[in-house]
Amino acid sequence: MTLSPTPSQTAGPYVEIGAGWSSDGHLVPPATAGAITLTGTVLDGTGEPVTDAVLEFFQADPAGRYAPEAGGEWSGFARSLTVDAGRYSVTTLKPGRVAIAGATEAPHVSISLFARGLLQRAVTYVYFDDEPEANAADPFFSRLGSRRQERLLARSEPGGYCFDIVLRGEEETPFFVP
Amino acid sequence: MSVSVGQQEPLGVVDGATLDPPYYFPSYRSTLQRAPSMPLVAARPESAGRTGPVFGEDHVRHEDSDLTRRGAGAPIGERIIVHGRVTDSEGHPVAGQLVELWQANAAGRYAHVVDQHDAPLDPNFTGAGRCLTSSDGSYSFTTVRPGEYPWGNHANAWRPAHLHFSFFGRTFTSRLVTQMYFPGDPLLPLDPMFTSIRDREAAERLIGVFDLDATVESYALGYRFDVVLGPGRGATPIEEEHS
Repeated sequence: MTLSPTPSQTAGPYVEIGAGWSSDGHLVPPATAGAITLTGTVLDGTGEPVTDAVLEFFQADPAGRYAPEAGGEWSGFARSLTVDAGRYSVTTLKPGRVAIAGATEAPHVSISLFARGLLQRAVTYVYFDDEPEANAADPFFSRLGSRRQERLLARSEPGGYCFDIVLRGEEETPFFVP
Repeated sequence: MSVSVGQQEPLGVVDGATLDPPYYFPSYRSTLQRAPSMPLVAARPESAGRTGPVFGEDHVRHEDSDLTRRGAGAPIGERIIVHGRVTDSEGHPVAGQLVELWQANAAGRYAHVVDQHDAPLDPNFTGAGRCLTSSDGSYSFTTVRPGEYPWGNHANAWRPAHLHFSFFGRTFTSRLVTQMYFPGDPLLPLDPMFTSIRDREAAERLIGVFDLDATVESYALGYRFDVVLGPGRGATPIEEEHS
């Protein structure tokens, strides 16, 4: 028996009501040793900030383990709203390389974006600009074209990384099949 | 019920067989500047099978599933019970997973600063709830029936009454945010969100079913909304070994 999946609908402009309880942007407490901040602005096709989105982050721990194998308090999950001028922020630990069958994935964070105007979630993966060797060895990232690779790299900055997300247009962020 | 699906609209993204709506659907105006336009990258095969985030009892209190008991008094409106079962596409229960609900109040107004619709707020209704699915995948909320409201998408545009639902499955790719509608709503065929789903049968699965068995006599009407979380389009079939 195969059941047809329930279709997606937009989260709408009031997703904050549903997701606000868990949207402090803290994947780890800010006082955690080694914590970094991944921030950026979500923009639409006209360059206007998207102020009604919720972003979900999911990632491995610094040793490259996902929950629950990571153990302890590590959920690998956090949410951030973009109510402040389209800006999101997640306080986290930089993920490590993840061992997969016959290869190693470069450090990366998945982002699922829900908002008014998105009839289903938009999914992207963030890599890091200071991991050129790991990125080149990643069997998935290394096969992407240079345009996509460039637009999937978070830029190092004091205290963490910056990664802007453009939903549509010339500067569009590469999105993945959800 | 009969639903007239609008004219075919150009896709912004080349999209294969999927029951989900396209990103680009011009009659829903907000998609015009927000829909990704470039071809999607096939998902990392490892991601499909990866376990998703896990929520537990410390995230959800029992009373979080009753939206009528969040204020000092009872909210205005018709009390309803909305329940259902969350399964995967094989029919196996999705147990212990987070379900979130958010909605307008009975007058069609959200308790949110952005909603300026001239309908009253209800001091006893925040419109937010959540719960974990039971071992058989079932969930249940008590709430009030939300009102329809105008939304400015086109001339005289009104959203059908709906509940926003968020489901976490076992895997990253089974994540679903959707809406439940109510049977017999005359606004459904006029709603660009509902009609963005091309497959009529798939769209109609978003309409909750009136459920007399779930109705609590002299208290609340019952509706049933069963949900199937797919493996995700990024999922690659896993060959099972047969010994």
